[in-house]
Amino acid sequence: MFFFRMIKGAYIRQWKKMLIIAVTIALGASIATAMLNVMLDVGDKINQELKAYGANITVVSKSASVLNNLYEIEDDGSVEVDEMIKENDVGKLKTIFWAFNITDFAPTVETSVTVGGEKHKVVGTWFNHTLKLVTGETVITGVTNLRSWWEIKSGRWIDEQASENLDVAMIGKSFAEKQNLKVGDKIDVSGRVVDGETKTVSLKVVGIFEAGDESDDGIYAPLEKVQYLSGTENYVQKIEVSALTTPDNELALKAAKDVNSLSIAEYELWYCTAYVSSICYQIQEAIPYTVASAFRQIAESEGDILDKTQLLMTLITIMSMIGAALGISNLVTSSVMERSGEIGLMKAVGAKNSQIIILILTEIFITAIIGAVGGYFMGFGFAQIIGHTVFGSSIEMNGMVAFIVAVIILAVTLVGSFPAIRLMLRLRPSEVLHGR
Amino acid sequence: MSLLEIRNVSKIYGELKALDNINLKVEDGEWLAIMGPSGSGKSTMMNIIGCMDKPSMGEVLLDGKDISKESEKNLTSIRRDKIGLIFQQFHLVSYMSAVENVMLSQYYHSMPDEKEALEALERVGLKERAKHLPSQLSGGEQQRVCVARALINHPEIILADEPTGNLDEANENIVIDIFRQLHKEGTTLIVVTHDPEVGEVAERMIRLEHGRIISDVKNENFRG
Ligand SMILES: Nc1ncnc2c1ncn2[C@@H]1O[C@H](COP(=O)(O)OP(=O)(O)OP(=O)(O)O)[C@@H](O)[C@H]1O
Ligand SMILES: [Mg+2]
Repeated sequence: MFFFRMIKGAYIRQWKKMLIIAVTIALGASIATAMLNVMLDVGDKINQELKAYGANITVVSKSASVLNNLYEIEDDGSVEVDEMIKENDVGKLKTIFWAFNITDFAPTVETSVTVGGEKHKVVGTWFNHTLKLVTGETVITGVTNLRSWWEIKSGRWIDEQASENLDVAMIGKSFAEKQNLKVGDKIDVSGRVVDGETKTVSLKVVGIFEAGDESDDGIYAPLEKVQYLSGTENYVQKIEVSALTTPDNELALKAAKDVNSLSIAEYELWYCTAYVSSICYQIQEAIPYTVASAFRQIAESEGDILDKTQLLMTLITIMSMIGAALGISNLVTSSVMERSGEIGLMKAVGAKNSQIIILILTEIFITAIIGAVGGYFMGFGFAQIIGHTVFGSSIEMNGMVAFIVAVIILAVTLVGSFPAIRLMLRLRPSEVLHGR
Repeated sequence: MSLLEIRNVSKIYGELKALDNINLKVEDGEWLAIMGPSGSGKSTMMNIIGCMDKPSMGEVLLDGKDISKESEKNLTSIRRDKIGLIFQQFHLVSYMSAVENVMLSQYYHSMPDEKEALEALERVGLKERAKHLPSQLSGGEQQRVCVARALINHPEIILADEPTGNLDEANENIVIDIFRQLHKEGTTLIVVTHDPEVGEVAERMIRLEHGRIISDVKNENFRG
């Protein structure tokens, strides 16, 4: 066909320019491909990354869970031991099928105490506690790892490994400011009244932290101190668990709704996959009077980081697309200017504006397609490099990305060609043909 | 009715009157030469007749139809259907062979037809060079490709702006011979030229100066 003869001719003549256009588009497409793939895959990646940063399962006793979230510390600081988990059972967590995936855990007791005449919240927990398991192994676990995002403003973490006196506390930044406390100060904490006697301890502040949540208003102390204050020795209210999990899929969602709805084969598969729901299920098997559930708050902070990362990548993508559009617009405009004689001649022999635009756009789109396909595969490579350097694993390619990139490149190429099209429309044959 | 009638046409660029109240009739089949010094408005007039420009004032009747106020789009289609253009600088598309350059004109007119395009090249004596690129052709040969391209769609008028300006005498004569032939076939020819020899072979000659027609003479020795 004559049309393609013309296009072929233009390519032969302008192959260098076309190559540069293709490379520009390829670079843009590769960035878009890499970013979109990382973005779509990064949910899982960041999730995996963030596992280490916080508990994602909480375990409470069934009766406490029935009272549900109404179960809070009562004002007088009383906590009922029949709504609690035996401290001795905590280690059973490490006996489940997916024990290896449980990276850290910490039991907590939270109670209301009086400090300097005011009511405050104190949380008792393990920091870096040594726990002997029934298997004979020992593990060191606690909030030092679970809350690794805490920023220590001054002092240090409580260290249960150092043979230190456990009359210590870490306090939140806002609490420290309100009470005008600093590291080394002592705070007198009064807890529950048992047999007419108020349980009191004096704790030395060893660290001030900033968590960025309501913990900043409270006190953290070794578990046994708070158990003493609330009169709940050997019991814990709640266990926070951090586990490496497999992202949920349909099977996991089905199981989360109702385990009994699974067929035997499905059950096996689900049980033997580290879904958060199967880990919870196994924890409940190990400590039968408890309820284990996925913990929301951390998921939200993960989501927050995810949003920010995705925003950043979206911005990079948009900027690279703007760059590509500017590059294309320059190149196409200069190519059209170079060919103004030819275009003027076509107009003079009767070409309609639309025919010339179609001709030029066809050339550019052929170039764009070549560039985009090349860029897509380059982007695949970039995505893997990003995956391996940032997340230490490969990025799964998402079929949707090809489609999105195609649409973006189409739009960018069109936008980039716009100035050249305007130039072509304005071009008057009389002006180019008589060499004025 | 004349094929072309120009009534009170002026073309004004700022202060400058490139054409100043021109009146001219050209009959069907006439061979007209336009002469005049540089800057006298010859190309301006050709652009207006060739539907590539519009006059600032006045009317241009082509086949009795006023084209002076047509839209650019309509002018393009009138030009496509009625006018063949020959340029001093040939304006061949460099990456297309001779025959493809001729076919380009067919393509935008109706449909490319290689056989017909080859016949047109044969008329200008270039059949053997049909597959050559413009860069492989001499100036005279390139101008003959340009002529073949202008006549391929059987236009009513052929407009040539300095067709021999870049040619030596031998090639000039070849082009003049083709004009003679076209004239014989009844094609209307309007040829702008500096060259008295090219002017003198025409049937009629007008002279422009400062955008005005200062003389309009029939060639007594015209030998058709
Ligand atoms: N687009 C334009 N803008 C301003 N002035 C113009 C324009 N086109 C032509 N002119 C002026 O109009 C006058 C006539 O120009 P034109 O090209 O018609 O001359 P010409 O007779 O063809 O000359 P030449 O023999 O050198 O080709 C010139 O003075 C020229 O500078
Ligand atoms: Mg001129």
